[in-house]
Amino acid sequence: MYPAELKYTNDHEWVRVDGAEAAVGITDFAQKQLGDVVFVELPDVGRTLKQGDSFGTIESVKAVSELFSPLSGEVVAVNSDLANHPDHVNSKPHDTWMIRIKVSNASETAALLDANAYEALTK
Amino acid sequence: MTVPVSGTFASRHIGPRGEDVREMLSAIGTSTLAQLINEVVPTDIQLSRPLTLPPADSEAGYVLHLRAIAARNKVARSYIGLGYHDTLTPAVIQRNVFENPGWYTPYTPYQAEIAQGRLESLLNFQTMVSELTGMEVANASLLDEATAAAEAMTLLKRVSKRTNAHTFLVSERIFPQTRALLETRAVPLGITLTYVDLAKPVTFGDDVYGLYLQTPDDRGEVRDFTSLITAAHDAGVLVAAATDLLACVIVTPPGAMGADVVLGTAQRFGVPLGYGGPHAAFFATRESFMRQSPGRIIGVSVDAKGRRAYRMALQTREQHIRREKATSNICTAQALLANMAAFYAVYHGPEGLTTIASRVHEQTMRLGAALEGLGWKQTNAALFDTLRLTGEPAIVDAVQKGALARLVNFYYPERGVIQISLNETVTDADLSDIVDVFATAARKENSGLPEAGSMKFSLPVGLARNTPPLTHPIFSTYHSETEMMRYVRSLERKDIGLDSAMIPLGSCTMKLNAASEMMPVSWPEFGRMHPFAPIDQTEGYQQIFRELEQTLKVITGFAAVSLQPNSGAQGEFAGLLVIQAFHRSRGDHHRNVVLIPQSAHGTNPASAALAGMPVVIVACDEQGNINVDDLRAKAEKNAANLSCLMVTYPSTHGVFESSIREICAVVHAHGGQVYMDGANMNAQVGITSPASIGADVCHLNLHKTFAIPHGGGGPGMGPIGVGSHLAPFLPGHPVIKTGGEYAIPAVSAAPWGSASILLISYGYTRMLGADGMTASTEAAILSANYLKARLEKAYPVLYTASNGRVAHECIFDLRPLKQLSGIDETDVAKRLMDYGFHAPTVSFPVAGTLMVEPTESEPKVELDRFVDAMLSIRQEIQDVIDGKADRTDNVLKNAPHAAQDVCATEWTHPYTREAAAYPVPGLRHHKFWPSIARIDNPYGDRNLFCSCPPIEAE
Repeated sequence: MYPAELKYTNDHEWVRVDGAEAAVGITDFAQKQLGDVVFVELPDVGRTLKQGDSFGTIESVKAVSELFSPLSGEVVAVNSDLANHPDHVNSKPHDTWMIRIKVSNASETAALLDANAYEALTK
Repeated sequence: MTVPVSGTFASRHIGPRGEDVREMLSAIGTSTLAQLINEVVPTDIQLSRPLTLPPADSEAGYVLHLRAIAARNKVARSYIGLGYHDTLTPAVIQRNVFENPGWYTPYTPYQAEIAQGRLESLLNFQTMVSELTGMEVANASLLDEATAAAEAMTLLKRVSKRTNAHTFLVSERIFPQTRALLETRAVPLGITLTYVDLAKPVTFGDDVYGLYLQTPDDRGEVRDFTSLITAAHDAGVLVAAATDLLACVIVTPPGAMGADVVLGTAQRFGVPLGYGGPHAAFFATRESFMRQSPGRIIGVSVDAKGRRAYRMALQTREQHIRREKATSNICTAQALLANMAAFYAVYHGPEGLTTIASRVHEQTMRLGAALEGLGWKQTNAALFDTLRLTGEPAIVDAVQKGALARLVNFYYPERGVIQISLNETVTDADLSDIVDVFATAARKENSGLPEAGSMKFSLPVGLARNTPPLTHPIFSTYHSETEMMRYVRSLERKDIGLDSAMIPLGSCTMKLNAASEMMPVSWPEFGRMHPFAPIDQTEGYQQIFRELEQTLKVITGFAAVSLQPNSGAQGEFAGLLVIQAFHRSRGDHHRNVVLIPQSAHGTNPASAALAGMPVVIVACDEQGNINVDDLRAKAEKNAANLSCLMVTYPSTHGVFESSIREICAVVHAHGGQVYMDGANMNAQVGITSPASIGADVCHLNLHKTFAIPHGGGGPGMGPIGVGSHLAPFLPGHPVIKTGGEYAIPAVSAAPWGSASILLISYGYTRMLGADGMTASTEAAILSANYLKARLEKAYPVLYTASNGRVAHECIFDLRPLKQLSGIDETDVAKRLMDYGFHAPTVSFPVAGTLMVEPTESEPKVELDRFVDAMLSIRQEIQDVIDGKADRTDNVLKNAPHAAQDVCATEWTHPYTREAAAYPVPGLRHHKFWPSIARIDNPYGDRNLFCSCPPIEAE
């Protein structure tokens, strides 16, 4: 059920690498754990992230969790739709990106999980 | 348990009686109460002899005793100001709110469906604050103005775009207690405070992230900060401003000057001085900062039927969830006092408040003119209610002497200066007396006052408020006493307090708040005392503090007590600072690591974070006990930098861990101190003590174990007790001397925190005495084990000691049933409302569970009613499991059932209306109707709206 074209982290983010850029969101497993998402706090465009840096927080009615960047790079866009539709994280987690980054070190993807490995993690 | 003698206070306070106790022991399967206690409390920590305390007083005897103490307080006319002003509590509010168990006994409104009354009132408070301060949003109160200032300092740090800036500029013209609190809170977080003289140009260096201002300031001068705030914003610096709520009625509020945070106290809106509290502080800010704001925020949402409903918004930001990542350790608010202030505004309305504020202002102008006529120089350029007068020091001394002789208190900030702050109680006769004091001191003739109405409104154009205060219709609706009384009662009837049923909240200790304990709180000898009154006017209070401290020392086994912390979380913070001061006094500046068990309440790591101390988590085993091996390993690993362990005892899982002495010894062996969280003290009093387990510090939640009511979400008090080696570091105060020789700075605005409610705990300990308190502890343990015995077949109990016993509370695990039925802990919590009960604690300390704490005050018949409800609910769950009830359309998932839904013409559910509303026969005697169906939490947090909604939208 986890799309094969995405890579995953142990912290339950996914990343879709698209040339020099990558989009980042959270997995179906993560949204189920969180429950109804009510707010996503995102960084300013232009911020530089290292792999594993916190780039924001996600708030559900049950918990507030930090969001971690799967890759290093500069934030080039944030999904402003989330301000009005945080529930999209619940309804279509793998199609709801949060930030797009300009990847600064493509080799870092080697450390990420593929769909099968991630699915195994969530069992 | 010594069975309380009929007619004693203990027999009124403790629920189970002779025959009940035998039946309960039999259900538990133990022979005597003494046997049960030995099975529950490890014998190596039990006290060897009874507490040595004065004999218990009868209720009548206590009232006489307290009358005598009250007479030792000298109620002066207080014109000291500094954030505390005498006020006229409207009688309709005093009787129907302040002195009414319907308002003072409920818990924090986590269960929205049975709390719509006080949620509406708290929303009124938020609306009042945001309208008066000129801000977009306000929270539902903080502990006091000085801690609100500290919260503003940290909020601005979090939201500042200048992430590497650490300097907070602070005007020199702020209250001394605010200054002390800013210092207390800034140091551990690495924030540098730099004081600025506003008479000179303010420069904003690169390291500055925020600026703190106050108007009217500590001298009473009203200031226009508009251009200063603009300059700050231009430099990327955010601004917090303290203000006076009554001044805001007629003076331009800081919100209109552009401030990012506006804060202060709502005390003078009808809440008695109480020698320092409790009062509600307010905190208002921009909508964009709301998610970063401290404290509780009430929001508007909808219920399951789509009707408007109120709830606490953004609860996930609270420390119990965010732990060491929390932005504040604030756990409680001042709900009862916020409600009083809100009702005061509702009752007076915009016109009434304008009349009050204008009269206070005009009286101040008239007094100023009269005193200037006597040759005094008044130095405030613009003012609201405060005169600052300078004169010959010798004559000022004569004024002070003359004033004291008449029991008139002014503020003397420095030699040769007098400040007089007027308030709504002041009459022309009072003004005349003041003039007389000044005339006599200067040996001049009292030439009288300018006539009322003769002084023109004096505020400069830019400083006179140019928008109407309180435009929402709620403030223009209930101005006759009949309407007001009915409005208050209509809200009260929507809520469950201890006046309707048991509130079995685990960890909250919802015991009786006896009327005889409560009554003296509204006596003027206690209510009208200013916290900075000369100490020799306060002998009654001082006697109570001494005796209460002595009692708490005996109960904890400690050498000294500080009554200053205003809440449990503040007690934790104070305790950690005391421990740090102790280490530093020995040259151990590096000791800062705090060990905290996994099972700890979230405030522990949050307090540690505020004290700037890194947290190391200690694992728990399958029984929920601290894993001693892991503790040993982590204490050893961090030995060089170990500051302390924070441990709750009995544990947050409701178990007396038998290894506690060993645990404390390990920490001591590695140079650490042991901080005991006293949340569960109700299982210890008279049987064991923090000192017996080996702790060095503890806080006591007086609003749990010592009978201060929860007030619908505050007040609370969290004094700390310490061993003799820590006594020199107990908190001091900048105005009135408190604490030890090397006192840490103040942790509360007032020297003895919310002094007036200490009376309640004092009464509790005096009337129960040693035997009654010990009997209470035994009864609390008995009742918890009784509930466990009656319910454990229906609901598995998560944690027990190895012999199957629990302490004073126990956790029922709903997770196995959820797997079978889809019914979860929330469904059961909401369904209990249909049976007339407040839910137990939901999902704390373990998700998917309910934690039940009956306390000693519930009679067996009420415990049985609760058992019957839980067993009936268990059968309802069984019907779902067995396929007899629909998995989604059932009595549990649709709970609670509001009257209007049960009575609706259309009824489509597969179960009867009777099954919905009257599932057990006992409800025919008394039925509580939830006023709404289930609250929609996600809707509320996705569509934040935190002030009174427009009337026409209903």
